Amino acid sequence: MIPQPVTITGGRLVLPHGAPQSGAIRLVEGRIAALGEVTPEPGDCVIAAGGQLITPGLVDLGVFAVDKPAFHFGGITRAALMPDQGPPLDHPARVRFAALSGKPDMWIHPLAAATRGLAGVELAELALMRDAGARAVATGRRWIGDSGVMARLLSYCAMLGLMVVTHAEDAGMTGQAVATAGEMATRLGLPSAPAQAEALAVGRDIALAEMTGAHVHFRQVTTARALDLVRAAKARGIRVTAGVTPAHFMLSDLELANFRTFSRMSPPLRHDSDRRAVVDAIADGTIDVIASGHDPRGPEDKRLPFADAEPGMAGAETLLPLTLTLVRDGRIDLARAFDLVAGAPARLLGVEAGVLHVGAEADIALVDAERPWVVSSDKMAASAGNTPFDRRPVEGRVTALFKGGAQII
Amino acid sequence: MQPSIPASPGPAPVARDYPAGGLAFAHRDLTGIGELARHEILYLLDEAEQWVTLNRQPQKRAGLLDGLTIINAFFENSTRTLLSFEIAGKRLGADVVNMHAATSSVKKGETLIDTAMTLNAMRADAIVIRHASSGAVRLIAGKVDCPVLNAGDGQHEHPTQALLDALTIRHALKLPRGSDLNGLNVTICGDILHSRVARSNILSLTALGAQVRVCAPPALMPAEIEAMGVRVFHDFDAALKGAGIVMMLRLQQERMEGQFIPSPREYRHLYGLTLDRLARAEPGALVMHPGPMNRGIEIDSQVADHVARSLITQQVESGVAIRMACLDVLTRRARGVPGWDAIGGATP
Repeated sequence: MIPQPVTITGGRLVLPHGAPQSGAIRLVEGRIAALGEVTPEPGDCVIAAGGQLITPGLVDLGVFAVDKPAFHFGGITRAALMPDQGPPLDHPARVRFAALSGKPDMWIHPLAAATRGLAGVELAELALMRDAGARAVATGRRWIGDSGVMARLLSYCAMLGLMVVTHAEDAGMTGQAVATAGEMATRLGLPSAPAQAEALAVGRDIALAEMTGAHVHFRQVTTARALDLVRAAKARGIRVTAGVTPAHFMLSDLELANFRTFSRMSPPLRHDSDRRAVVDAIADGTIDVIASGHDPRGPEDKRLPFADAEPGMAGAETLLPLTLTLVRDGRIDLARAFDLVAGAPARLLGVEAGVLHVGAEADIALVDAERPWVVSSDKMAASAGNTPFDRRPVEGRVTALFKGGAQII
Repeated sequence: MQPSIPASPGPAPVARDYPAGGLAFAHRDLTGIGELARHEILYLLDEAEQWVTLNRQPQKRAGLLDGLTIINAFFENSTRTLLSFEIAGKRLGADVVNMHAATSSVKKGETLIDTAMTLNAMRADAIVIRHASSGAVRLIAGKVDCPVLNAGDGQHEHPTQALLDALTIRHALKLPRGSDLNGLNVTICGDILHSRVARSNILSLTALGAQVRVCAPPALMPAEIEAMGVRVFHDFDAALKGAGIVMMLRLQQERMEGQFIPSPREYRHLYGLTLDRLARAEPGALVMHPGPMNRGIEIDSQVADHVARSLITQQVESGVAIRMACLDVLTRRARGVPGWDAIGGATP
């Protein structure tokens, strides 16, 4: 069904560069037909933005569940699905199924499992999965410990033109750890691993990226040392990019007090000095992407002793408001904020989305950037309310969302 | 303030400097030493004194907890702690039920919360819990209506062990009730990383004014433990110099070998407490061990059995008294002891 043309007037357009520009946008046949000085044509559905931001729909690079209500609440119109599903996305048929699972109002871009069963041993059928709709390859929640396997994976993916999304924690160092080594883990008696476990993994994978020419994307880089390695590698022209989730630039391991399992993350929350390093890395461009890591988990996974609980948080709803805190703090501007959550992830996935330009797919959000609301664990749109940001006041809310020119909310 | 205790031959209560009634110990649960104020630790120690005296009489029964039900829910194997809690409850007159969850079908399937709700529905008046996961006891405490006592949770805390150790030290040094351990040098040696006994003792001993040193190879030393107010040593001889109390920890051999230490005999070479080593501590330094011991590994028999220097059996004796004191204090609200009825709220 082709939706009626829509003109959104009186908004502020968030363009790839510069401050938001007052103007309007016209969506016709699922595409952006005009931007800027636009007047509605007869027959258009006209929406008055009332000074709100007109932004690209968010592109979430790395989610663990297809959770439409949460994505739509958060202004997310496309999400890259991690291969850690049951069963894993290591077969072309599953990739094809996943790629269709959100349509029409949500596009899911599957990430193919790098290895069969995500076991880190045998390569999965990557070319077949690419042709079935996988937009990149991912190692899943785990690091591939065998450097030989990783080297072969990267050289193969370099040939196929597939980016490899990797989890960066040296498994030998982390073992059964559920926290970062430090005072908090020591006081709580939690199994912990040094933060350097991340730098070790990042260091190896940078070396392999350089050797093979593959594009490695570290889904989450959360420590100062590892960020230094990424920064240096980028300066040397190696094809590496990095992402992070809001938890790692908003929270530190102090959140583990009282064994709060909603604060159990993978990688675990770090010291505050690392948290500040993440903010700096976002500001200086070392970090390319902010993703939600959306992983809704019910009480059966979370209402357990800390070390027995599953890691992860339901993050889709809070991705945008928490990213906007960096704008409010003056660390990044609005254009960059939307590049982190929409433009850059779309480029990395090779999909034509995440920016406002004429001819692009009309994935559009209307955002009231100043609207205050309170995150509430028991009132979330997500299928579970496991958020460490419970009861935190935030600002910024999506008031309308369009996917392919059709209004969803 | 103290209710009359049948058959208690203890000395008349001395005047104490504690807040009145329930304010002397303002918690519903005992989940860790970390939650306690200094005066609350001292209060429990002082309360235990009467039970030390009672336990040395031929007639050991006090009817304080008549009609109350105490459940010992042990999700991890234990012999001595379970026995100690069971004897403590029975001497106070309570009905004590032991649940050996470690060997029952609870292991998997039923969640910890479901088990806790079941125990709660059976209307226990206190639940004593041991569990292999840090924080498990606090999790249960938040879900039940009765006081919860931590008998050891993972690598987090074992509060009654720290209390009984402090009481043992006080008795060994002939310190009167009300005394703290100001200025005492205590060396704790062994697997600090995996030890809840070490954590609770560090919290309790430092709160009582002792200087605590911890000694272990780097792989068995937790990160940033200095933040808990202790000095870190890797050389046992250096750690012993000037120590008045030496606490040895059990080496969990099955966990250790090849991973954390090369072999038990190499561990003994560096960290075994022999009579020769003990001579490097203060003259007359006293030795403690929470048990069960690996004789010939972390501690030699000549040390463990040394009549003048080893406090190991006294620790076991103090354990029963401390657990009686904890059960008494925590059930006062349920028993309607005047001044204790207002103290409520679950430990956060």
